[in-house]
Amino acid sequence: MNKNKKLFIILISACLFMFAFSFMLIPFYNVLCKTFGINGKTNTESIANKNVIDQSRTITVEFLATTNTQLPWDFYPETKKIIIHPGENKTVFFIAKNNSDQVITAQAIPSITPGLAAQYFKKIECFCFRKQTLQPHQHIKMPVVFFIDPQLPKNIHEITLSYSFYPLYTTKNMK
Amino acid sequence: MTKFFNYAKRWLTTTNHKDIGTLYLWMSFILFFFAGFMALLIRAELFQPGMKLLQPEFYNQLVTFHGLMMIFGVIMPAFTGLANWQIPLMIGAPDMAFPRLNNWSFWLLPFAFVMMTSTLFMSGPAPNFGWTMYAPLSTTFGPPSTDYLIFSIHLMGLSSILSGINIIATIINMRAPDMTWKKLPIFVWSWLITAFLLLAVMPVLAGTVTMMLFDRHFGTSFFNAAGGGDPLLYQHLFWFFGHPEVYILIMPAFGVISEVIPTFSRKTLFGRTAMIYAIGCIAFLSFIVWGHHMFTTGIPLSAQLFFMYTTMLIAVPTGIKVFNWITTMYKGSISFETPMLFALGFIFMFTIGGFSGLMLSIVPADFQYRNSYFVVAHLHYVLISGSLFALFSAIYYWIPKWTGHMYSEKLGRWHFWLTVIGFNLTFFPMHFLGLGGMPRRIPDYALQYTNFNMIATIGAFILGFSQLLFLAVVIKTIRGGKKATAQVWEGAVGLEWKLPSPPSGH
Repeated sequence: MNKNKKLFIILISACLFMFAFSFMLIPFYNVLCKTFGINGKTNTESIANKNVIDQSRTITVEFLATTNTQLPWDFYPETKKIIIHPGENKTVFFIAKNNSDQVITAQAIPSITPGLAAQYFKKIECFCFRKQTLQPHQHIKMPVVFFIDPQLPKNIHEITLSYSFYPLYTTKNMK
Repeated sequence: MTKFFNYAKRWLTTTNHKDIGTLYLWMSFILFFFAGFMALLIRAELFQPGMKLLQPEFYNQLVTFHGLMMIFGVIMPAFTGLANWQIPLMIGAPDMAFPRLNNWSFWLLPFAFVMMTSTLFMSGPAPNFGWTMYAPLSTTFGPPSTDYLIFSIHLMGLSSILSGINIIATIINMRAPDMTWKKLPIFVWSWLITAFLLLAVMPVLAGTVTMMLFDRHFGTSFFNAAGGGDPLLYQHLFWFFGHPEVYILIMPAFGVISEVIPTFSRKTLFGRTAMIYAIGCIAFLSFIVWGHHMFTTGIPLSAQLFFMYTTMLIAVPTGIKVFNWITTMYKGSISFETPMLFALGFIFMFTIGGFSGLMLSIVPADFQYRNSYFVVAHLHYVLISGSLFALFSAIYYWIPKWTGHMYSEKLGRWHFWLTVIGFNLTFFPMHFLGLGGMPRRIPDYALQYTNFNMIATIGAFILGFSQLLFLAVVIKTIRGGKKATAQVWEGAVGLEWKLPSPPSGH
């Protein structure tokens, strides 16, 4: 019977390893997404623009804004669409308004379509780098400063930048 | 009263592999009718376009329960029951390696399924997001009853892991002295590999639903984009479990068919070694194909190509198996008893399911078929005419050994033909519905799909009610019938056919 006990311990440890492995898959996927620039995720820290402007072509950039159903905010881009050259710095604004009587902190999550363009869409400054806290009925204008890497594949002519705001926490109004 | 308590105590505390095998089989049989009844409700709603019988919310719950019950409550426990009954007999072991653990791994299951079913009777909806439980449907938007489902999945996972360990330990340590790996019956081989798959992926499912639970209650954001997580991560984790899982459902079936075909062809299995390697090969490939469930989620082209080619590669070992079964029959002296009929049905229709699987593996084609009834047709062709037919075949094949009585061949044949007709009427039209663009998991449909849906519903009722015939066959065989000899089948080879029918208690 000792033989059985030994095998039991080996097999149970294999199961525990696989349970831990399911959690280890998370950093693994994140590294893969970062390395290959997939998942439509953009840089989360500022990047400087050292590129020469490529006058030979233009890229249409469109902006979308959505809020999570649980967030009582208005959120929309000031400009819906611009046309720029790769390598050119551009600033656009998004507008958010808190419609509730509470102080709400939220986080904007960017996403790029087509997903493969994400790694060429570089942000110098973005409101999505930080949490945003809005006082009751506060109205703010938030900048995004970005450029498009001239390495962008030639077959991409249009890029859509979309933001979704998700609520993080609500602070009760002290009034 | 004491008689009842003694009876209950006998079944609650039994450590005999035969009793536990019987318990597994009966539980899966009961759940088979339960989940089948849900399928009939679904088909009844789909008989005509428009909302006729059910509320959409309840329809979603039915779809979820039907899927979860058929997979975790019917096919998996039924094969575990077969393993419990047959493996010790086939390898000449006195019992399973851990008899008390065996008892526990069975008795976890009724509690898991009672807990899961109880959500149907709670105020508020039962889980309604499909058997795949995709986040955020199951996290942010999941009804409160989802927590019951999460815990019942933990219990089912625990049960599967423990029975997997038990099966591996039995096969490795408990074989009769001259039962070498070379002589090990192919059903036992297929279960050995399946058990390893169980140990590899059930913990991953447990981990995934644990993350779901944490996201729901403990403020983590594994699958929540707001907190830096990713809903797509759920799909990766789930299908990392889910694809090996579908092979857990089919590989013991391969083992059964590889036992039945040689018996009724009165020849030895053609290419036995190749068959074992093919199962191993499929088991390995099953870990690197999960992305084919996610072609339309925006994974990069290189990943799509990788998953497409590895998926297509699975057709090679599967093809080897099908060809070897056919070659086994070639020039054999074949007789068509019910187990053989189901085995032949398996080969024909499982291959159809395999081909529709190949069609789905082609990325550009998959973009069209995705989430349509074509997928429903495919998965039922591999699960009903694959796993379920193999289960029927196995039960007809071994029930004379278990009960000591021959079943009624006439009723068995009726059961086979009604099942085949009902099954094909139900699911063959679904291929066309899918190609025509009918989406799955929706209780209503456009008018042009009406005719095929009516045919499918009629077929489903034939298929469903003919299973009552099977219940009758089983009960009749248990209660009496022609005495079975130890050999039972003229062409059967193996240790279990040397034992008397039924084999003695221990």
